[in-house]
Amino acid sequence: MSGAVFLDYATQVALGLLTLGLFATIIRIARGPTLPDRVLGLDLLTTLATGYIGVIAVRTGFMLYVDIAIALSLAAFLATVAFARYILTRGSKGREGNEKARGTEQ
Amino acid sequence: MIAEIAQYVSGTFLVVGAAFGLLAAIGVLRLPDLYSRMHAASKAGIVGTGLIFVGIAVVSLDGAVILRAVIGILFLVLTTPVSAHLLARAAHFLGYRASDLTVLDEMEDNTHTEA
Repeated sequence: MSGAVFLDYATQVALGLLTLGLFATIIRIARGPTLPDRVLGLDLLTTLATGYIGVIAVRTGFMLYVDIAIALSLAAFLATVAFARYILTRGSKGREGNEKARGTEQ
Repeated sequence: MIAEIAQYVSGTFLVVGAAFGLLAAIGVLRLPDLYSRMHAASKAGIVGTGLIFVGIAVVSLDGAVILRAVIGILFLVLTTPVSAHLLARAAHFLGYRASDLTVLDEMEDNTHTEA
């Protein structure tokens, strides 16, 4: 097997694994149960999307995608910081899922 | 010859990185509470995306792309712990409790207790 063929298979496998990861993260975002859980899920979602863009960069050979990946991780960082500030300033109101989160529920 | 070896090494890095990303997602899905989920998401998430950046750097054999991949890894390593810490601090301050399986919570007193 030549290197190019191996790289083609490897990127396909990597894209498949990352897609499964994205689906698992989306299930967590939909389930919650609390707002910080969903914010954490969105943070992981953008981290996985950064990796996805990186694999696409190798697959297509357009290394410009690396810049896009870096820009996306910057946006993800700023969004998570903003959400954390929002959760902090929202105060103790709206702790709707808190009792559910106490147990070992998944 | 060098390019061939680089393609094999890079493909391995990409698959391992993607596997770490999947592990992070499984951890976020399966672990019992916010704080242990955060542990899976930030640590395994960084390693996954960082290894994919390493794979890009290896396959490109180009100084500019290697530099950008290194910048990407450094940026991830700097920002992910900061955002995870801010989120955990905000959640803990507001009284989102850890699961009953948690053995020790040293910041218990700092929780905002007003209902």
